[in-house]
Amino acid sequence: MSKTMTGAKMVVQALIDQGVDVVFGYPGGAVLPIYDELFQQEKIKHVLVRHEQAAVHAAEGYARSTGKPGVALVTSGPGATNAVTGLTDALMDSIPIIVLTGQVPTFMIGSDAFQEADTVGITRPCTKHNWLVKDTEKLSATLHEAFHVALSGRPGPVLIDIPKDVQFATGTYTEARQVETHYNPQVKGDLAMITELAKAMETAKRPVFYTGGGVINSGTAASQLLRELVAATGFPITSTLMGLGAYPASGDNWLGMLGMHGLYEANMAMHDCDLMINIGARFDDRITGRIDAFSPRSKKAHIDIDASSINKVVHADFPILGDVAHVLEDLLNVWKARGRKTNTEGLAKWWGQIKEWRAVDCLKFTQQGKIIKPQYALERLEALTKKHDRYICTEVGQHQMWAAQYLGFEDPNRWMTSGGLGTMGYGFPASIGVQMAHPDALVINVAGEASWLMNMQELGTAMQYRLPVKQFILNNERLGMVRQWQELLHGERYSSSWSESLPDFVKLAEAFGAKGILCSDPDTLDDAIMEMLTHKGPVLFDCLVEKHENCFPMIPSGKPHNEMLLGDASTKDAIQAGGAVLV
Amino acid sequence: MSPLKIKKGSTSHSAYDLRPSYSDTVERHTLAVLVENEPGVLARVIGLFAGRGYNIESLTVAEVDHQGHRSRITIVTTGTPQIIIQIKAQLGRIIDVHKVNDLTVEGPSVERELGLFKVAGKGEHRVEALRLADIFRANVVDSTLESFVFEITGTPEKIDAFADLMRPLGLQEVARTGVAALSRGAV
Ligand SMILES: Cc1cc2nc3c(=O)[nH]c(=O)nc-3n(C[C@H](O)[C@H](O)[C@H](O)COP(=O)(O)OP(=O)(O)OC[C@H]3O[C@@H](n4cnc5c(N)ncnc54)[C@H](O)[C@@H]3O)c2cc1C
Ligand SMILES: Cc1ncc(C[n+]2csc(CCOP(=O)(O)OP(=O)(O)O)c2C)c(N)n1
Repeated sequence: MSKTMTGAKMVVQALIDQGVDVVFGYPGGAVLPIYDELFQQEKIKHVLVRHEQAAVHAAEGYARSTGKPGVALVTSGPGATNAVTGLTDALMDSIPIIVLTGQVPTFMIGSDAFQEADTVGITRPCTKHNWLVKDTEKLSATLHEAFHVALSGRPGPVLIDIPKDVQFATGTYTEARQVETHYNPQVKGDLAMITELAKAMETAKRPVFYTGGGVINSGTAASQLLRELVAATGFPITSTLMGLGAYPASGDNWLGMLGMHGLYEANMAMHDCDLMINIGARFDDRITGRIDAFSPRSKKAHIDIDASSINKVVHADFPILGDVAHVLEDLLNVWKARGRKTNTEGLAKWWGQIKEWRAVDCLKFTQQGKIIKPQYALERLEALTKKHDRYICTEVGQHQMWAAQYLGFEDPNRWMTSGGLGTMGYGFPASIGVQMAHPDALVINVAGEASWLMNMQELGTAMQYRLPVKQFILNNERLGMVRQWQELLHGERYSSSWSESLPDFVKLAEAFGAKGILCSDPDTLDDAIMEMLTHKGPVLFDCLVEKHENCFPMIPSGKPHNEMLLGDASTKDAIQAGGAVLV
Repeated sequence: MSPLKIKKGSTSHSAYDLRPSYSDTVERHTLAVLVENEPGVLARVIGLFAGRGYNIESLTVAEVDHQGHRSRITIVTTGTPQIIIQIKAQLGRIIDVHKVNDLTVEGPSVERELGLFKVAGKGEHRVEALRLADIFRANVVDSTLESFVFEITGTPEKIDAFADLMRPLGLQEVARTGVAALSRGAV
């Protein structure tokens, strides 16, 4: 039996059929018919953001924290152009979201009509795929296909541009199961190559797992299999910023994050290993540093679902195209069937070396005096919240790196950060999306004051929907990450890296009806954090921290991994540990 | 002195200072890309080349299966081996792309292009132009007392050679289709 309905109703029906329970959006002329349909139903909740960029980041936060797609709905013209940063962010970080935009009526397209923009043209390079639907008959099938495309293979953002007359016109609703698609990326890896990798694992003297966002993308089963594989082989494991939580931070084999601001032991292990097993990571330049000096003596395996990721930057000796969970399952089976062998002698030596690197204690810092060190603030936040059902978002900058270093992630989907695009202003709206998906959880956005101000209008959204998101601002009154680069690489010329004319954050919170907390004293920090945690509504926590703290370790761009800068505290020890040539 | 021992004031360490280690032999490849004939599909393909800085030497496109709604795009591109591999992988990611074939590496293939040449002149030049056209098996598809339009098909090199010969004889305009290519033998 076929159902006839308006395009606007189809949109809502398709969302319901796809299991969507919340849409983040902002209305305008070109989407009014859809808003009218949303008004007349109760299955989907609409969250009115204060800026379309925030709608997209909220959808990203929702998606990353649930493994389900996030949905945003915005109007034509400025609504669509405001969504562009969020789309690009989702593309870079492989986040599945569906963005619906209104468009001027089909008969006015191309006439420079009011609030017309070439939305599919503008968003073509920043979506995985996009569609302009000119015929109501095709609308529902396109909506279903959009979900399929966003979620299959390497996930990513998709956009559907829907002219207003298409929303008003009636057509036949196509069910999801009736939709045919030719897009079915391969998920099973090549068994012969998997066997080659298993063999290499049996003899490797200095193996390391290098895991990334692809493990999170692949779903919770992938994390489970990864944990099993690490436990069974006893190999050390590190992860990119995007993969944190796939393997627990409390796990014995955990080396911490790698890369530009990664841990000393993780980067040294990557540099000196003889077998690198990349699982769902993309050899980003924050990881490799100087390509020709990147892990020069290792054979490299690369498990990735996107053929264009493999051999893009680094040559793979064992390229395996497939989904992480599927490949790990086969890899475990093959390795077990072959007798569960590892090079125990080599491994024991390797771990001995890693212990020496660990002893450098590269994250060591000293909290003294009356000024809060940002690292200390995060260490206390970690201590006081780690037992909670906790989700962490971040903005972009030093605070983001410190959060990655000093907070421990035990499970996947608990860490929402803008990695590839590095979008300041991502964290606050993302935290709103996360809290919508997990109403009873503790959702904290670790922020820098400059980033936070980029989407501060979302305090209104948090208040309206009573979302108790905690905004933990490490306020150094500086564009800290920029200031650090200027100090180290631009002769201490601090060109425009001050946060001038900052608001009184407590009063700002109060102006929206939220709670503001100011803390500048290390002795009262714990109490202040507890006050934040016990407050039922949104909190803006203004934590005044040391203004000129630098984020270490750091591998300067264009340097190899073993030429890492450490903080003052550990430089001496590091040199003694041997092997490292510190610049 | 800073404990970091970084040379102060140096701006050579840009955050974007990347030094890829590609092999630098540049190759020319002919790619056949079978796509869904959707609006915007050509823009996706061209946008990919522009956005990622790949070269396009020639590009042709036409629907080849009206029922199945498929178009075939033939692209001649140049790049290092690593870039060529990336181009193919990136093309393969486009949702509307069904198949990417590299005719340069997948065995022998034939390449043809069609060119139209407008040559104007009188007397000796006119006779010489006709004579050369005959040697190249070009057809006259338009003629006036002062001009000819020649139609020629062949490999891009043959068409280049014809153009070189026509230039001193009064070549006024050229239109070329770009390369169409197929692998030799049965599929
Ligand atoms: C200020 C700043 C500093 C940074 N410093 C660091 C740093 O020190 N260390 C660091 O690690 N990062 C850092 N980053 C982040 C960095 O820019 C990259 O975003 C990050 O390293 C990429 O992570 P990834 O390799 O895991 O790839 P992702 O972007 O998460 O990509 C995932 C990869 O997995 C593949 N994939 C997706 N789904 C699947 C699946 N189901 N199966 C198989 N494969 C799949 C994809 O094709 C892709 O290749 C920093 C970012 C900022 C903003
Ligand atoms: C939208 C955007 N603009 C500019 C930048 C460049 N940038 C990266 S970090 C940073 C400073 C961030 O300052 P703040 O949010 O206070 O964090 P801090 O580094 O001080 O912890 C800037 C300007 C960016 N990443 N995103």
